[in-house]
Amino acid sequence: MPDPISPPLQLDRISCRFGRHEVLKDISVEVPAGQITCLLGESGCGKSTLLRLISGVERPTSGAIFMAGRQITGEGVFVEPEQRRIGFMFQDYALFPHLSVADNLTFGLRDLPGDLRRARVTDIAERIGIAHLLDRFPYALSGGEQQRVALARALAPQPAILLMDEPFSNLDQGLRERVRRETVDTLRKLGTTAILVTHDPQEALAVGDQIVLMKQGRIEQIGSSFDIYDRPNSAYCAEFMGPCNRLTGIWAGGEIETPIGRFAGNLDLPDGALALACIRPQAITIGQNGEGIVARILGKTFLGESEQIDVSVHPLAEPLRMHSHERIPMKIGEQVHLQLNGAQVHVFAEPVSRN
Amino acid sequence: MTLALAPQEIPARPFRIRGRVWIVLSAVIAALMLLPVLALIWQAARGSAGLWSHLAANVLPHALSQTAILLAGVGVLVAVIGTTMAWLVTAYDFRGRRVLEWALLLPLAVPTYIVAYAYLDMLHPIGPVQSAIRAVLGYDSPRDFRLPDIRNMAGAIILLSLVLYPYVYLPTRAMFMTQAANLVEVSRTLGTGRAQVFRRVALPLARPAIAVGMSLALMETLNDIGASEFLGVRSLTISIYTTWVTRSDLPGAAQISLAMILLVVLLVSLERWARRRQRFSVSAQRSRSFEPRRLSGGAGLAALAVGLAPVLLGFVFPALFLASEAWRRFRFAGLSDTLVTEAANTFILSASATLAVLLCGLVVAYAARLRPKRDMLALQRIASLGYAMPGTVLALGILIISAGLDRWIDQTARQVLGVSTGLLIIGSGAALGYAYLARFLAISVGSIEAGFSRIPRSYDHAARALGSGATGAMWRVHLPLSRGAMAAAGLLVFVDCMKELSATLLLRPLNFETLSTHLYAEAARGTYEDAALAALAIVLVGILPVVMLARVGRRD
Repeated sequence: MPDPISPPLQLDRISCRFGRHEVLKDISVEVPAGQITCLLGESGCGKSTLLRLISGVERPTSGAIFMAGRQITGEGVFVEPEQRRIGFMFQDYALFPHLSVADNLTFGLRDLPGDLRRARVTDIAERIGIAHLLDRFPYALSGGEQQRVALARALAPQPAILLMDEPFSNLDQGLRERVRRETVDTLRKLGTTAILVTHDPQEALAVGDQIVLMKQGRIEQIGSSFDIYDRPNSAYCAEFMGPCNRLTGIWAGGEIETPIGRFAGNLDLPDGALALACIRPQAITIGQNGEGIVARILGKTFLGESEQIDVSVHPLAEPLRMHSHERIPMKIGEQVHLQLNGAQVHVFAEPVSRN
Repeated sequence: MTLALAPQEIPARPFRIRGRVWIVLSAVIAALMLLPVLALIWQAARGSAGLWSHLAANVLPHALSQTAILLAGVGVLVAVIGTTMAWLVTAYDFRGRRVLEWALLLPLAVPTYIVAYAYLDMLHPIGPVQSAIRAVLGYDSPRDFRLPDIRNMAGAIILLSLVLYPYVYLPTRAMFMTQAANLVEVSRTLGTGRAQVFRRVALPLARPAIAVGMSLALMETLNDIGASEFLGVRSLTISIYTTWVTRSDLPGAAQISLAMILLVVLLVSLERWARRRQRFSVSAQRSRSFEPRRLSGGAGLAALAVGLAPVLLGFVFPALFLASEAWRRFRFAGLSDTLVTEAANTFILSASATLAVLLCGLVVAYAARLRPKRDMLALQRIASLGYAMPGTVLALGILIISAGLDRWIDQTARQVLGVSTGLLIIGSGAALGYAYLARFLAISVGSIEAGFSRIPRSYDHAARALGSGATGAMWRVHLPLSRGAMAAAGLLVFVDCMKELSATLLLRPLNFETLSTHLYAEAARGTYEDAALAALAIVLVGILPVVMLARVGRRD
């Protein structure tokens, strides 16, 4: 029996190279039970490869993978993908075109006796709301329906873990949010442990209980949505999760000194070293009674929900960008005063070399 | 019932490559395909120096130069006919074009030895054509008037080209249809006249396709044994055959075979080089076919006449002639028992060979799918070697292996059991089956692989994630999804086995005749009895893959 204390999935120092190209370096992650973990990163960061390693269609160069405390990949040990009880959902859904929806759902249930198999298919189809599609073939399904069938097919064998590779990226904008909400609801209701790969930070923030941000084959940061967004541990992370204004300044006495103010940080730097402040656009607001930093409006872009405003501040070479949810009556060229919310300013050591 | 996660045992096993069986089998098949070449090299090295110099002085120069002339002539002629026809049906639109598009493929149904056989008989001094001409011109006897003899090099070049030009026509037409549109339109806006478009745009574009087609036609030419024999051309293939069969000089035959393999290597490199360029040009622009120019009235009729000429000469005339001869024979003597037996032999042999070829093709293609790495691709290349090898060369290699094995089995049996087994492998037809397998495996590997390549990799992955092993995934996903490709491969291989002559001649068991060897024997003896029936049967079955090709071509 699996060890009840061990996490359903644990990656231990996974590395993977294809030829000379090192795709993954020293990845260690624990996936908590019944939660959704998002692997987030730019394309080519190795997140899909990591998913393939977990499912067992690819093998790591070194490192080990444990499921519920039991080793499934590692030195001298390898459990075949079909014996891992890990479900996989593909970006293109990979529904078998020669099989009906019902037969697609049955595909992974061959070991069950016939009546149990039918009961399982009916049950999962009802839960996911595709009972009316069972007789259809994949080509006759809309994108959203295909997505749901793919989800049902992956869940039908009751996998211990469900892996999803960009499961919503083939849907158009409006549909995507609805399907995403439905999918997350289903997973939560079933208590499924899931790992979802995405390149979209908004999606990761919306869906993930735990986010693993990856960069060039390494883990940049692991944490909850709030951790990652509010307490990024690198400038890369801060900028990946949303737009930032970058300001270089000097570190002194536990604060970074920039032309537009001093911001507290938690850095282990000698006084006088260069440091970097990342300021979220929504951390900047326009002061009401002529107080704050003097700035001039360079441009305004109305986005509907908010307005994006570029302002120039002496002596900064680059304009600052801010987002305002209130209407700003000032016109381009007018002078304004800026207020800064220090809690949304992230301070980092200046990276030695930027890539 | 609940969907709550029931934790289960996860069986763990020591590391091993999944689907290893497939990979090992694939390696075994590749080794089997390589073996005949190795046997040839080994046998050639055993030849005494004296023999080799005899060959080098008396046989090789003549055979080489004859083969070179034959290849050059056929190469030029198929390129001219194939390209002209391809341009005719893509650049112009006229009454009958749709029919012509696929009818131009029909000569593919006529094997080279049958076209030679049919024309020899048709153009015989007392045959139908010459008799008719004499009747029209008022001559009484063949002594007063006869057409020039076709039993020479020029005749061989023309007859072979008449049935081999579709190899050029097919890829070139595809190239014109998919490639030329944008470029033709651009060149027109840049001031190129309609008449110049062919020379300045279409022809340079089609050059890789023409080269691919030419090299395939030339491989067929090298493979041919019957036409050269009937028409008196002493090609390399004939020299190999006679060096072995009449002079029993196996090392000598092996040495000529090696010379021939060199030629094949040249042709294959030509083909590969051309395909590389073709791939490049395919990626260069989006495919779209261009608007053909409408020809009406006299111009349309002239175009149709030009297009029909190769169809009539390469297919309709010989086929009609064979049909009428066959009918005459049938009315005169009915279906002879020999012929029925031979037809059954041909069918059983071809069908079982096809089954073996499909199975082995499936193994090689699926192993490469399971492990798409360089080593598997190399194995696949080796397994496909036989396609380029002339049947006679391949058969000789297999003959060396089988004869050796037979001798060993016989000796062992005599020592152990006190029984002589005789020629077990050759006598049972296993050697011939091996030859078909080696020669046509490339066809099945190629089409099954093409079928597999339309199946996204995520299906494999999904099947595995849903609990299928490598073999299970093949049965439940790949096979059902590539049934069409398998069937097409089966049809192509079956028909090719049925038509095969050069390897069958060398490797068939004693007193075992197929339709093609029967025809060869009669033509060689100069007796024309059941041969027309046999030839007609082969041509009729040969039409099936042409129909399939024509349908594929239309869908493009």
